[in-house]
Amino acid sequence: MTDLPVRPEERLIAVLSGMLAGLRHVAVGNASPIPGTAALAERERSGGRLRVTVLGSRRFNSFTDGGRELFDCAAQGRIDAFFLGGGEIDGEGNINLVGLGGYPTSAVRFPGSFGSAYLYYVVPRVILFREEHTRRVMVPRVEFISAPGTSESRIYRPGGPHALVTGLGVFDFDRSRRRFRLRSVHPGHTVEEIRDNTGFDFDCPDGVPTTADPDAALLAIVRGRVAGQIAEVYPQFARRLFGAAAA
Amino acid sequence: MANKGLISLDELVGQIGDGAMLAVPPDYSGVAMAATVSLIRRGVRRLHLVAVPTSGLQAEWLIGGGCVSTLEAAAITLGEFGPAPCFAEGIRAGAFVMKDSTCPAVHAALQAAEKGVPFMPLRGLIGSDILKHRHDWQVIDNPFSAQDPIVLLPAIKPDFALFHALLGDRHGNVWIGRRRELMTMAHAAAASLVTVERIYDGDLLADETMAAGCLPGLYVQSLAHVPRGAWPLGFADEYALDADEVRRYLQRARSPDGFRSYIADWDRPGSHDVVAAE
Repeated sequence: MTDLPVRPEERLIAVLSGMLAGLRHVAVGNASPIPGTAALAERERSGGRLRVTVLGSRRFNSFTDGGRELFDCAAQGRIDAFFLGGGEIDGEGNINLVGLGGYPTSAVRFPGSFGSAYLYYVVPRVILFREEHTRRVMVPRVEFISAPGTSESRIYRPGGPHALVTGLGVFDFDRSRRRFRLRSVHPGHTVEEIRDNTGFDFDCPDGVPTTADPDAALLAIVRGRVAGQIAEVYPQFARRLFGAAAA
Repeated sequence: MANKGLISLDELVGQIGDGAMLAVPPDYSGVAMAATVSLIRRGVRRLHLVAVPTSGLQAEWLIGGGCVSTLEAAAITLGEFGPAPCFAEGIRAGAFVMKDSTCPAVHAALQAAEKGVPFMPLRGLIGSDILKHRHDWQVIDNPFSAQDPIVLLPAIKPDFALFHALLGDRHGNVWIGRRRELMTMAHAAAASLVTVERIYDGDLLADETMAAGCLPGLYVQSLAHVPRGAWPLGFADEYALDADEVRRYLQRARSPDGFRSYIADWDRPGSHDVVAAE
């Protein structure tokens, strides 16, 4: 089934899994089917050397000390990478997972900050991921800072944003300059389109490359073993994307 | 703690009075849903609900039932089912005090209570608007090191921890396996109220293999035998989330009347397979 065309989600999975190469332990939080699939795919590619912890999974969860263990592990530097999203994301890497239209009586309420106000500070490689890339999400300034992209130097902060991956492209984050830099644009999209749909300024080199498609080996892993694995936690997602393979 | 032994579900939740601070686990960790419905039908009011550290359908239903006056949580989510309607509407209307938190802050504040100390320090948070709105939290300078601000969280001391577990015995011991946020909750709370899937015939603490995963009866005020007590949520290896039922709820929750009739009609599968008197 690797001759099926590459789906946009699979391209995102490939980009995200590439960012995990060589790491020891990646954790995947709430509402993260694409990052979860990416992490499990990289685990397969690494021959199991990458440890993957998926919130809500029984199989991919090595913790035995309850909900706090992930955070304690992260504080000790035992978690190399984590994914965060955002109802809003701004150009300084601030994220809003709480809501829009006033606080606390938000007109539009998101679920909440989860572990972001902690993990964003202590996990070295936090990858921001949001499929929707519009001016509604990529804003000049978030309304509510669930977790800030950067902190003053006196604040203990070994972690922070590493990259931003969206349905349109991939950005790197420069912590010292507190800015994103466009790394690649997904096939079928343009730098102009990204500019039109981004509410913040970002650095843009000349000749931004196109995001590479996943290779056949990765596609086979994702559509094969990993489809079944991610279905444990995200059955609806797995069924939609991979159909019977997820059963 | 006087262990009141094995009692009925209604007796169990009858101990949770108006205004109680109630700690509950996340959707993947053993949520006492049957107990929650019983609590809503009884019309409990002014609960201070603490999600450890997040909640889903349970918080949604308690809010919809008008039972909650304060909610402390790192998030309220129905996962793949999208926004939680009663939670979102309650936020819009200011129907309860929302104390936004972050997952490790809830765990740490319960650990403070576990240890009987007044507060716990925690990394992160500085520069977050969560901290800005949490007037009960403080930032101090690390007394052991210069130029190192750190957040202090006051202990969370719930009146009750309420959850569903696989096994309970007649001594009040409860087997929780590796779901040890339940242990933290139970240690921190003044008393734990537990529904269990099955009764263990014997003493869970007498078996060293089982004892390691047990909450001892000394923390457990009451236990009720409630098979499928987490339904429609899934529970461990016992049963999966009932997605059709969650969709049915979301359909009916579109109006307050729909919500009320849903709760009134709610009936978990197998609940009429009478559990013999224990």
